[in-house]
Amino acid sequence: MTPDLAALAYLAAAVCFILALKGLASPAQARRGNAIGIVGMALAVAVTVADPAIVSYGWIAAGLLLGGAIGTAIALRIRMTAMPQLVAAFHSLVGMAAVLVATAALYHPQAFGIAGGAGGASLGIVTRIEMILGMAVGAITFSGSVVAFAKLQGLVSGAPLVFRGQHLLNLAMGLAIVACGAWFVAGQSEAAFWLVAALAFAIGVTLIVPIGGADMPVVVSMLNSYSGWAAAGIGFTLENELLIITGALVGSSGAILSYIMCKGMNRSFFDVILGGFGGTSGGGAAETVQRSVKRGSAEDAAFVMANARKVIVVPGYGMAVALAQHALREMVDRLKARGVEVAYAIHPVAGRMPGHMNVLLAEANVPYDEVFELDEINSAFATADVAFVIGANDVCNPLAQTDPASPIAGMPVLEVWKAAATLVVKRSLSPGYAGIDNPLFYRDDTMMMFADARKMVEEIARSLE
Amino acid sequence: METAVDPFVFRIVIFVLAIFVGYYVVWSVTPALHTPLMAVTNAISSVVVVGALLAAGPPGLDAAKMLGFVALTLAAVNIFGGFTVTWRMLEMFRKRGQGGGR
Repeated sequence: MTPDLAALAYLAAAVCFILALKGLASPAQARRGNAIGIVGMALAVAVTVADPAIVSYGWIAAGLLLGGAIGTAIALRIRMTAMPQLVAAFHSLVGMAAVLVATAALYHPQAFGIAGGAGGASLGIVTRIEMILGMAVGAITFSGSVVAFAKLQGLVSGAPLVFRGQHLLNLAMGLAIVACGAWFVAGQSEAAFWLVAALAFAIGVTLIVPIGGADMPVVVSMLNSYSGWAAAGIGFTLENELLIITGALVGSSGAILSYIMCKGMNRSFFDVILGGFGGTSGGGAAETVQRSVKRGSAEDAAFVMANARKVIVVPGYGMAVALAQHALREMVDRLKARGVEVAYAIHPVAGRMPGHMNVLLAEANVPYDEVFELDEINSAFATADVAFVIGANDVCNPLAQTDPASPIAGMPVLEVWKAAATLVVKRSLSPGYAGIDNPLFYRDDTMMMFADARKMVEEIARSLE
Repeated sequence: METAVDPFVFRIVIFVLAIFVGYYVVWSVTPALHTPLMAVTNAISSVVVVGALLAAGPPGLDAAKMLGFVALTLAAVNIFGGFTVTWRMLEMFRKRGQGGGR
């Protein structure tokens, strides 16, 4: 295969990847998009293997089979609630692969056709810059994703780890990376390369540890973006356009998702990155004026909803933790059988990663055309008879609109209090991630049902029989 | 301007244009599919497998080849895992009355 032909085949693979992303514009076309993405990847691998310099087919087959078997086995077994940590783990692999490829290119540049002199191992200045950038971003992606994985999986506490001089330490390490990077670029020193690698691995850890569990959706999106930039950096190093294009696609995708998540919490990106938010429930919770709440039973809830015309369900992550999504769908089925109109309202940060709640509901066989985003449905609460809040708290806290001093002031919230009645299923009155009280619970038209989410919806469903 | 443009400049052009393509394509993705989006971008960013193949491919056995082999295996986990998990998620998204799968 001539280099021209190979470049055109890589272009075709890049187009396949763009179409794979484009397919996600609607659930109806998404499956076909995914298939096109697979074709693109197969094409990229096939074209590379067809290169006459590639002869170790045994090794390649072994690597693909081994990795493929592990990846497929994990992907088939993983639970949808564990999707954020799976994606974090996968990001770390991309980061590590980028570091390894950069290292291989440093020690054996001839294999990549990027050596400067005849047979020599000297690299051009530009190649060195690209190499050190791609490697450093890959290293940060790796260690940052490992920390994010550990936090999401519960291996370490999700609480932010903050210590004095943290930002100063990060700044110092950042400057050291730049200095060692410059040293590498000047003389292609291997020592400098490894120093940058070590520092980048370390800063990946120190950048993510201060970020609390509530901000993990932003972190996972951000690491998604980093993994793309790492791939693009390697693409520049290896002078491969497919890697550059794909890296740019993934990089901008992750950046957009980070932006959407930040907007969903009304927090600036830098605020999130500097960390220290969430996880601890101190602060605003100090105001412990005992106000009375209206309590209700499953029978009460069943009665209210069975007599409603329109019910909007607001699921939060608490619902997923209680594994209540299937029971919830059964409850809704019974309501629909009684002629009640039911819709689901999803807040952008309802899950642990962008779009997570939609997947959890889809897994419970909730049709996607009954599920609406915040912007689409917020005006509908005013005409709803019942808002059924299950396992959600901060995302429907009116303080976000009424109290400018609140930590969540300005955050877009689901206006559940505009419904004629609000039912809230919650284990206790404890505050949510933001550590603040929710006045919604004390309203006259709010009925609180303190119970495990799954048991409660099962009971309601039974009462609706 | 008698000499040709450096190929590096061409790659910058491609890079910047690809960022714009990514920007517009990703904004058109429905928010309901943001998790599959992340899974599939994860799978396609494993296209670094191309670099791993170049490192693992030449004859002989040296450090670079071993690094390439490990990188190839990691990328393969990601490619197969990423596309499979995306496929699993997309299978779940059904319309009303379209049947629920399992």
